[in-house]
Order: sequence, then C-alpha cells, then structure tokens
Amino acid sequence: MRKRRLVAWVAAPLAVGLFASACGGGGGAEAGDGIVSVNHTEPENPLVPSNTTETGGGNVLKAMFTGLVDYDEKTTEPYNAVAESIDTTDNKVFKIKLKPGWTFHDGTPVTSNSFVKAWNYAAYGPNGQSATSFFEHIQGYKDVNPGGEDGEGPPPTTKEMSGLKVVDELNFEVTLDAPFATFPVMLGYTAFSPLPESFYADPKAFEEKPVGNGPFKWDSRQPNAFIKLVKYDQYAGKNKPQINGIEFRIYNELETAYQDLVSGNLDFVDQLPPSAMVGDKWKTDLQERGESKPILSNNALQVPLYDPKYQDPKVRQALSMAIDRKQITSTVFQNTYEPATGWVVADAIPGYQPGGCGEFCEFNPEKAKQLLTEANFQGPITITSNSDGGHKEWIEAICGQFKNNLGVDCVFNPVPTFSEFLKMHKENAHNGPFRFGWLGDYPAAETFLGKVYRTGASSNYMRYDSPEFNEAMNRADQAPTEEEANKLYLEAEKILAKDMPSIPLWNQKASVGWSERLEGATVTFDRNLNFETVKLKS
Amino acid sequence: MGRYVLRRLLQLIPVFIGTTFIIYALIWALPGDPFAGRCGDRPCPPAYIAEMTEKYNLNDPVIVQYFKYLGQILTGDFGETFAGIPVNTLVADAYPITLRLAVVALAFAALIGVGAGILTGLRGRGFADNLVLVSTLFLISLPVFVTGFILQVVLGTELGIITPSVSSQATWGELIVPGFVLGSTSMAYVARLTRTSLMENKRADYVRTAVAKGLEPKRVVGVHLLRNSLIPVITFLGTELGALMGGAIVTEGIFNIRGIGGLVYKAILTKEGTTVVGIVTLLVLVYLLMNLLVDMLYAVLDPRIRYD
Repeated sequence: MRKRRLVAWVAAPLAVGLFASACGGGGGAEAGDGIVSVNHTEPENPLVPSNTTETGGGNVLKAMFTGLVDYDEKTTEPYNAVAESIDTTDNKVFKIKLKPGWTFHDGTPVTSNSFVKAWNYAAYGPNGQSATSFFEHIQGYKDVNPGGEDGEGPPPTTKEMSGLKVVDELNFEVTLDAPFATFPVMLGYTAFSPLPESFYADPKAFEEKPVGNGPFKWDSRQPNAFIKLVKYDQYAGKNKPQINGIEFRIYNELETAYQDLVSGNLDFVDQLPPSAMVGDKWKTDLQERGESKPILSNNALQVPLYDPKYQDPKVRQALSMAIDRKQITSTVFQNTYEPATGWVVADAIPGYQPGGCGEFCEFNPEKAKQLLTEANFQGPITITSNSDGGHKEWIEAICGQFKNNLGVDCVFNPVPTFSEFLKMHKENAHNGPFRFGWLGDYPAAETFLGKVYRTGASSNYMRYDSPEFNEAMNRADQAPTEEEANKLYLEAEKILAKDMPSIPLWNQKASVGWSERLEGATVTFDRNLNFETVKLKS
Repeated sequence: MGRYVLRRLLQLIPVFIGTTFIIYALIWALPGDPFAGRCGDRPCPPAYIAEMTEKYNLNDPVIVQYFKYLGQILTGDFGETFAGIPVNTLVADAYPITLRLAVVALAFAALIGVGAGILTGLRGRGFADNLVLVSTLFLISLPVFVTGFILQVVLGTELGIITPSVSSQATWGELIVPGFVLGSTSMAYVARLTRTSLMENKRADYVRTAVAKGLEPKRVVGVHLLRNSLIPVITFLGTELGALMGGAIVTEGIFNIRGIGGLVYKAILTKEGTTVVGIVTLLVLVYLLMNLLVDMLYAVLDPRIRYD
C-alpha cells in the first residue's frame, strides 16, 4: 500500500508539470476594426530591405517603406515618391532631389544620407545582403563587392561606392558605370529603400522591429502566426492609408485561407487555390469580389546550350512551335496563366509592345516537325524540374505534345528539391530543357532580359552567349527615353527569337479574392492588395 | 521505486544524445546547399552564403558542429532560424497550442473511446456493439485530412458554427473540432482496445471470485474488472500523447493551427536544421516522460506490478 501511494505522489507532479504548460501562451492581436487581414507566408530572411528578395518578407517591407519612386496603382507607371525630381542629361549621372518633410517611423527625417548609406551598406560584399546585385550598375560597385561568381574574389578595397555623392541634406548624385535609362524605374524596388540611422547602431534590434518611412509602421509579430502593421500618421506620400492597419496572417494551406475568405474570417487572398479555380467556382463563391490580372511573372524552358544535342537553334525553335500553349494554360492551369508571346511580360509593363517571340511561339506542328527534320534531331528529350513545387502536370502535358506532334520520346526528370535544382544550374549538369520561372522586380522590360540572357548574367543557366544580344541590350539600356528603350528592348527580344536560348511558355496572372468588408480593392503588379487605397465599408 | 525513477531518468541522457545526434546529422547532411534556394528565383550572392555557412558552423565536420550545438542547447539556447528568429520563441509560441490540441484530442479519445468500449465490452453482442464496431471501423479507415476537411467545410464555411481556421491564440473552444479530428482515430482504437480487454477479463478467475463473494456488480466492474482491463488502454493513451504532439501535421495544416506539427514540417522542407533538432529534442523528452508516467501508473492500477 505504501509503495502505491509513493507512485501516485511521483506521478501527479509529472502530470501537472506536463499539462500546466498547456495554459497561457498564445497571445497576439485580434483583427479589430480598421485592420485588414491578408494571407501570407513566413518571411525567409531577417526583415531588412536589402536582404529580402522573396515575397514573404518583401510584402511586409513594401508596406513599411517608400522609395524614391513608386508605381501607380492602376497603370504601374512610376512616379516620384520621396524624390522631388530625378534629373539626368545622359542617363549616366542622376541628380536626385528629395522632397522635404519625409520622416521615418521613429521621427527622424529622411535625408540623402538615408539613401546613400543604405545603398552602400547593401552593396558592400561582407555584409552578405541578398539583394546586392541590384546595385551593380552604380559606379564603384566592383570595389565594394569584387566577390565574383563564386565568392572567390579579392576582399573589397573600400566601403563606399564612388558613384554615390551626397550634395546636401536633400540632394545627392548617382553616377552609373554606363548609361542606363531604366535606372529611375528600378528605384521603387524595396532594395533601394532608405534606412534610418538607428539601423547601423543596432541591426539586430532593427530586424526585430523594423523602422521604415512608408504608410504603415511595425506593430507586433508572432513568428509563424502573424505580422501586424499599423497606419503611420505622419506618412508624407501621395496616398494616405484609409485603413488602420494590416495583419499579415500566415497560412500553411492556401485552401484554409480560401475557406476563411469565403466565410468572412479573412479579407484578402493573393492566390486562389486550384480547387476554387475549377469551373470558375470562385466566381460563385465570391461574386464580384475577385480579379485576375497580369503580373510580372513568367515561365520558360531554358535550354542548355552547352549540350551538343541542342546547339542548333532550329531544334529549340521546333520544340517551341510544337507546344500548344493555349491548351495547357486552359486545361492544366485553369486559365490562371496566359500563353506567352515573348520573353517579357508585356501586359504588365506600361507601353511595351507584346509579341517579341513572333511565329516561334505560335503553335505550328507541321513547321516544327519540318525544322526538327532539317536539324536532324533524334530524341529523347528530358525535361528537368524540381518536384517540390508541383510541376509534374504541365511538364507531362508538354512531353505528351512533343510525342504527338514531333514523334520524339520525352520524359519528365524530377529532382527532389529546389536547392538541388539550383545546384544543377551551377554545375551545368542539365541534359535537356529545364523549368525556369522569373518574377520581375519592377515594371520594366530590362528586368526580364538583362539578368537572364546577357553573357554571364546571374540567371543565365543556359550559358547563352551572344555578342549581338549584349550589344542590343546596351543600346536599349542607353536609350534617351523610356519609350525608345522599350522599342530597343523589343529589338533585343527579336534576337532571342532567332537564337531561342529558352522557350517562353506562359505568363502568370494574379487571381485574387477579397471579403465583403473591403471597398475599392485593387491589386498591384506584384500581386499585393493595394494597401494605400483600399477602404473598409462602414 | 525512487531508485527506479532515478534509473529511468538517467536513461534519458544516452537516449537524448543519441536521438539528437542522429537527427542533427540527418538534417545537416541532406544533399544540397540549404542556403542556395533562399533568394527567390535568382541565385544567392556568395557573400550571403558564406555568412550563413559561418553562422551555422557548416564548415566544421558534422561531429564538431553537433557538439557546438549541444553546448548551446545545454545553456537553454536552441539557436536561431535562418530568418533570425530564436527557436526558443517559436517553440514557446507553438508548444502550448499543440499541447492543448493534444489534450483535447486525448480527452475525446479517453472519454468517448473508453465509454464506448465499456458499454459494448460489458453488454457483449447486440445493437450497441455492432454500432460501435462499425463506426470505429469507419473512423479508422477515414484519413484525418478527409475528416478534417469535411468538418471544416460543413461546420465552418457552410453552417458558420465554427471559423474555418483557428486564430493565433488557439483558445480551448476553437480547438474542440480540430481536437476531435485529431483524436478520432485514437478514439476508435481505444474503444476497441477497451472492449476486447474487458471481454477477456470478464471471464477471469478474480472476477468470478469477486462475484461469488457477493460483491455489488458496480464494485466488481469498477474496482476489479476495469482497473485491470485499463492497463493496455493506458499504455496506448500514454504513447499516443507523444504521437499526437508530433503527428498533428495534417490537422494543424487544415485548421491553420500554429503548433509544433506545422512548424517541424515546414522546417524540414526549408532545411531549418536548428528548428527541426530543437523540436525533436523536446518531443523525445515528452515521449520519455510519458512512458515513465505510464509505467508508474501500472503500479497504481495493478499492485502486483512492482519495480523494486
């Protein structure tokens, strides 16, 4: 009997200890009045503008920071935000004047130094910022970040780029290596955001509670659950927010977010789940509260030009012409994608002429077969992709079309993870076409061409090397105006059509939905709810 | 008894080191650079990869890395995720929620499961018995994501009785439906286990003796029969709590519960080694303690079981 008592006395505190921790904890914000909740994913990196290139952190930072320029919510045309004027005569030296009266959320003013220091910090190699390459056009970038392709370069000789000069509190000057007309358009990207002095004093504290200059300021965060921002009353921008704040709610499953949206538990979903797209189910679920809009995102099959089998451009053109893009976008993707007509997402870029790929992106099985016979191509074809993002269906659809239209064997070669896939790129290990997705960072044609198809560009996994194309890109970059640049980028695209280093497939559309509480919801080119203009119904 | 408990607690140390080392080695030895895919569709700058590699000691041999990590864990610091968030914070946020969910699930399993088991185990064949057998078979054969999704859509979206997702506070009330979903399979197993165990012991000598002594039926069942029959059920429920904590991935995913299951699942996908090892360490501890608790409960239920 005594023994049994003892057991009970030992067991009881153990049980209490285990269960006591079940109480308490939790905490966090209730989506109260004036707060708009949106579905979101957990940021992958610490929240610093120059270290965030993925959407999980990018969307939060975009609401918290306003750069020199911003993009119009309807036309995506860039306009000056913090900048009063950006003047240049040669597209090489830019004289930037700031508007007075802009402040950071901690009350300190936004000055020339806020930009120059932030950009130098972002570009400086040893700081290890993931967006450094955005600063490569600025003169002196090579001195602060000589890292080179695999980081084997010499250490930087200086901490500041020679191309940045502070004139006074509100004026500074940027000198580029070579003329580049698209430069002002780039300046709206979050990597170019200004940073307050407090960042340099304690970067760790900043990561926990970022301080921006945008329409919304930091409120609270529970990792893996939500990030809350509230309206910044002293916001100096064009559109003062009409809502009191944003709750970025992190969801594991898109499907759950959608259920929450339908039952009024969530205000905005930036991507509708496949089950809602089937038979346009979302149109019955949400009535008028949804939109499908082109965004800066496209997909292609890059072709390894180092593989002797694929060296004849005719082979690549034939493969492109054998794909019935319309059929795949409507059956596999339920019309959330549009067939591509070029390498640039023309619909989402103001003033850009579509159709850079010409006849080679049109479905023409006879011509395809003929080209393939001329090139004397023998299959089989393998199409490689990472399989952790669900790419099986469309790749098998393309394979099926290659078999039917060209009579060559084709198989899908899945690699388990995205990082293994990236490793294959690096090691030139592809033996057939492979998936390529690209998200533009700012609405300009250059973002789709320069970083992908120039010789040695960071995402040129095909190892495409065409002096003619580089030359055409240089001409376009140096064009005196945006319109002329667009014409010249189209010229560069035509060279791609001739060489076909990659096969454009389709451009993504943002299919979004919002709740009954929202009024005047619009979607930005990067698939966000436009927080600056959206209102709540009273 | 005290020595037994002490011995069991000392056993924790090798098990703890063994499991954490295996997990650590498996996670960090996975092929592919864990940092390569972290910059969207473009490759990460070399300086970034170098900095992260340095931060997580990836240039050292695995064994050195592990002991550096172990030293850190012993001071109570579980390290940081790649996004710079302390794993301690993540676990502190998620653990209470999962524990609450597991307790709700376990309560369903224990109350309804044992109840149904006693009901059919005592009565024997008949309508109730058939009903329990068929409905438990049904519950066992339905995958959790089907039950979860159906209840979510029917009760949440269609009828509006519950919200389709659980808020970040995850109150007890919100966890009832997810807890039911999570506990449904174990509930069915518990019912069957109780039923079988009761039926077997009903014919045991000691029960016959108790009845022959002229004891009240209530006492025969409550004190003599149930106490012995519940030993396998307690074993099952004890280990099930550990399984529920680690295995709630699907339920947590459907109802968007910010618990351990989803956390560890995502951490494995994104190769967040520090998070995975930290959580698994805690799960191992839960298992070990629950097993100890179950073993000690045996002695309470059946005095013949002694540990000295």
